[in-house]
Amino acid sequence: MFYRETGQFKNSYAADQQVFPIRQDRVGIAILLAVAFLVVPLVAGNYWFNAIFIPFLIFALAALGLNILTGYAGQLSLGSAAFMAVGAYAAYNFQVRVEGMPILMSFILGGLTAAGVGILFGLPSLRIKGFYLAVATLAAQFFIVWCLTKFPYLSNNSSSGVISVPGVEMLGFKFDTPQSRYLLVLSIVTSMALLAKNMVRSTTGRSWMAVRDMDVAAEVIGIRLMRTKLLAFAVSSFYCGVAGALYAFCYLGSVEPDGFSLDLSFKILFMIIVGGVGSILGSFLGAAFILLLPIFLDITLPAIAGLLSLPFDSATVSHIQLMVFGALIMFFLIVEPHGLARLWQIGKEKLRLWPFPH
Amino acid sequence: MIKNVRKLAIAASVAAACLGAVLPSAYAAEEQFFMLPSYRVGPYGANGNAFYGGFVDYLNYVNMKGGIDGVQATWEECETEYNNAKGVECYERLKAKAAKAPGPIHTMSTGISYALVDKTAADKLPLAMMGYGLTSAVDGSVFPWAFPLVTTYQMQASAIVKFLKDKEGGSLAGKKIVFLYHDSAYGKEPILALEAESRLNKYDLVQIPVAHPGNEQGAQWQRIRQEKPDYVIMWGWGVMNMTALKTAQKMGFPREKMIGSWWAGSEEDVVPAGDAAKGYMSATWNVAGKAVPVIADIEKSVYGAGKGNLSDKAKLGTILYNRGVSAAVLSVEAIRTAQAKYGKGKAMGAEQVRWGLENLNITDARLKDLGATGLLPAVKTACDNHEGSGKVKMQQWDGSKWVVMTDWIEGNKALIHPLFQADAAKYAKEKGITPRNCAAEAKK
Amino acid sequence: MQFFLEVLIGGLLSGVMYSLVALGFVLIFKASGVFNFAQGAMVYFAALSLVGVMGKGAPLWLAFILAFGIMTILGIATEKFVLRKMVNQAPISLFMATIGLAFFIEGLAPLLWGNDVRALEIGLVDEPIPYLLDSFNIVVSSFDLTAAGLALALVAGLALFFQFTRVGRALRAVADDHQAALSIGIPLQHIWALVWAVAGFVALVAGMLWGSRNGVQFALTFTALKALPVLILGGFTSVPGAIVGGLIIGASEKLAEIYIPPVMQSMFGGNFGGIEGWFPYVMALLFLLVRPEGLFGEKHIDRV
Repeated sequence: MFYRETGQFKNSYAADQQVFPIRQDRVGIAILLAVAFLVVPLVAGNYWFNAIFIPFLIFALAALGLNILTGYAGQLSLGSAAFMAVGAYAAYNFQVRVEGMPILMSFILGGLTAAGVGILFGLPSLRIKGFYLAVATLAAQFFIVWCLTKFPYLSNNSSSGVISVPGVEMLGFKFDTPQSRYLLVLSIVTSMALLAKNMVRSTTGRSWMAVRDMDVAAEVIGIRLMRTKLLAFAVSSFYCGVAGALYAFCYLGSVEPDGFSLDLSFKILFMIIVGGVGSILGSFLGAAFILLLPIFLDITLPAIAGLLSLPFDSATVSHIQLMVFGALIMFFLIVEPHGLARLWQIGKEKLRLWPFPH
Repeated sequence: MIKNVRKLAIAASVAAACLGAVLPSAYAAEEQFFMLPSYRVGPYGANGNAFYGGFVDYLNYVNMKGGIDGVQATWEECETEYNNAKGVECYERLKAKAAKAPGPIHTMSTGISYALVDKTAADKLPLAMMGYGLTSAVDGSVFPWAFPLVTTYQMQASAIVKFLKDKEGGSLAGKKIVFLYHDSAYGKEPILALEAESRLNKYDLVQIPVAHPGNEQGAQWQRIRQEKPDYVIMWGWGVMNMTALKTAQKMGFPREKMIGSWWAGSEEDVVPAGDAAKGYMSATWNVAGKAVPVIADIEKSVYGAGKGNLSDKAKLGTILYNRGVSAAVLSVEAIRTAQAKYGKGKAMGAEQVRWGLENLNITDARLKDLGATGLLPAVKTACDNHEGSGKVKMQQWDGSKWVVMTDWIEGNKALIHPLFQADAAKYAKEKGITPRNCAAEAKK
Repeated sequence: MQFFLEVLIGGLLSGVMYSLVALGFVLIFKASGVFNFAQGAMVYFAALSLVGVMGKGAPLWLAFILAFGIMTILGIATEKFVLRKMVNQAPISLFMATIGLAFFIEGLAPLLWGNDVRALEIGLVDEPIPYLLDSFNIVVSSFDLTAAGLALALVAGLALFFQFTRVGRALRAVADDHQAALSIGIPLQHIWALVWAVAGFVALVAGMLWGSRNGVQFALTFTALKALPVLILGGFTSVPGAIVGGLIIGASEKLAEIYIPPVMQSMFGGNFGGIEGWFPYVMALLFLLVRPEGLFGEKHIDRV
């Protein structure tokens, strides 16, 4: 009843081509953004900013990056964490080595460095496909982390290889409260998500999808494979790199190369699988799910065990958490292999007909 | 199906909301809250289980004996899986509860404590890093809230060198020492100290890193065999330790010439290596065994009452279990020290606990009162010395238990502490911190 | 030269240990097209079950049989509750499901048997062979030699099993074409359950050897990471490929660890050891650029 596009006529090409063609979507997004920008900073507590919202947005950005590569261009990658590491370390180096470097510039340069490295490790994708490529991106994962450990220059000669980032400051304003950091991250992530949403609708995005669906066929219709694939690697790594810089500057504050381990890469991959491969929205839903589920289990399971006065020691509870996490992942893949974004889509279609489905 | 999922989601969020609302209010007046970002699963779960088991058991023990001068210790665990991001989440989750009357925070992870140094300083919560973590925090003028108590990697490395020197009759000149280390922040910390020592003592230092996780060390040990060192100092963690011992056996390198750090010297490291571990030495800042009165008493009263934290009682008296107890002893003592100044029988606020940690003076007599004689060295902290001891003992595995070989050995403080100060000064400059004036504070 | 030989032999023998883990991957990928990331967790689970049963007082042979029983149950359960419900889904979904399975097993194993690090004694001593040490000054561990022998026997056994038994033929048929196999009446689900059980058996052997080498503990799951480059190099679908790939990876990574860091050190200064983590991957990657389907993998031809 409320979600129906009847009566919304498009009179111009511009109207026809807008990002959200349905008015209800536009209103919904506007409300969502208003809540995120105006309401959340007023009502949420520090815990929510530091432990939920900021990491959620950062991981969503990284997942978005991987989704561009895997979901849209069809190139499976297990090296996202390494590209995040490149972004984090590059941004750190620009920030501490160049006097008076604006922080946003550092983030962008961090992203660009990651994009460069991404192109380098994307080169094999021209010949290798599928799982072979996935395992090959592991080379990037291990090699980059090793480099960051081994070249003291990259960590500004810290004896332990750990970098501790300087405070975030822009035009004299210090981002030292959780709220301000949240707003900074939110602005960056929102604009990059909008950019991505537009990109995947453009020629670039369409050629990515053509390559994903069948690269030989795409080549036949005149899409330049090399350019398309490498562009996907570059854009994806750029997103991951910016996410990594934010991860270091706005979330943890101090990072070590080992922190960007394979586990983190897997976590990001989980996000897009659970959220929805080839969906911008899915990246956000997946990030929320993968981030919140362990926290939720961590809070509820001990409480449940205590409530039922089960004789569990702390170790047992931790093991059960891990099992439930694994089981839920499998459950989700069985129930909805296309991810949460697909559930949302189904929901939307139902809404469209509601309350008279027949 | 979809309906079910949705229902589930709603139920879940409602449950979460309820929990969020209920938990903080369950907080009584005279309680001291210990947040425990612990880990009991994952690659290092076995180690975390013993350590936090000891920690919780001691808190239980203190509570059963009437609390910290009447103040009950409470705690809540949060599983970090030894993962930095999860550790930060745990910290953020529990810090609101800890704001009023916190106990020192123990992460038992170098990575997590690194990430928490700035956060705890901003939130004004005391962070303890006993034998791990950011070692330059020894300089309390730059790091008022972080306490690398008892001893640090660098002081330990220095003490090991001293021990080897005594063993060699007073000189290491011309000897060759291989430093075999886990290729991470943890393994790299002592390098500067070992290099400084090598310039002083004129020994050759060969550094051989082992890539994480270290379950394959054939090439490293072949290189060691070729180098023919007089000693191998090993900075390993988890599976790397037993693999090193096994591979040393395979290469025919005598274990009597291997000496490990205190994270490479627990039962978890040597028992699985079987015979290969016999003769292997390690440093430690707490001794193993149930001979220590407080450990025996914990077994009797806490486990006797069925309140023990560990399901496997055999872990009692192991190195890591006793280390957990030692960490808890120091934490509780810091609160007692604070109570002596700020009011007996009261829960202590964060600033007061911090003061207690900075003014710890645990003498041998006090250790005897606690029933912890010989468990850990005497500790006396100050504003410019958050370490407080810098002493370790050397122990040797005889195939069934750790045998203590020496008395407390102190590292070369004159050589090592300036390294911390230089590093702390660099940190202060990068972060724009104005160091406190310790000398002036001491006069007051 | 003597040192070179020693490193080479040590590397080849380590390589066989990698092959053992890689074999499990190959079996499952061959039969069901699933890239089973849980293989590392299965190695851990198998070894832990073995030690757990032995801890209850069973001798090694009995514990081995019982642990195999447990692995079979796990395999059948996986097939029944996960794979069967995911037939016809994208390979990446199946891959992710096995990562979920890995988490599940990593929680289940210590829940059943405790998370202590344990020793596993299988009666093999890991010491240098005196004859080679005395006459050539080359260290070759008797344990590694035995392990290599066991691994080769296992591969030979599997090859015979695939080649000459009825079940083996069915397995190969399923691997070639699921639908064709189904249409001639081969029970796909039984075959899959069987393959998982066989993979469990391989995991058990790998877990036994790795466990007695490094202790039975969570880190056994990391053995999977050592097996991946072996897989790429040898090809995902080839049993001999796993062995040859393992030998190449093992030897080259050890030689690289010994000989490359000094070169880098002279170029950049500093300490560059610990390249074992990435070297096999980069090598496999370079190799793939020449042969995109691995050494023995099936050549894939795209048709539009």
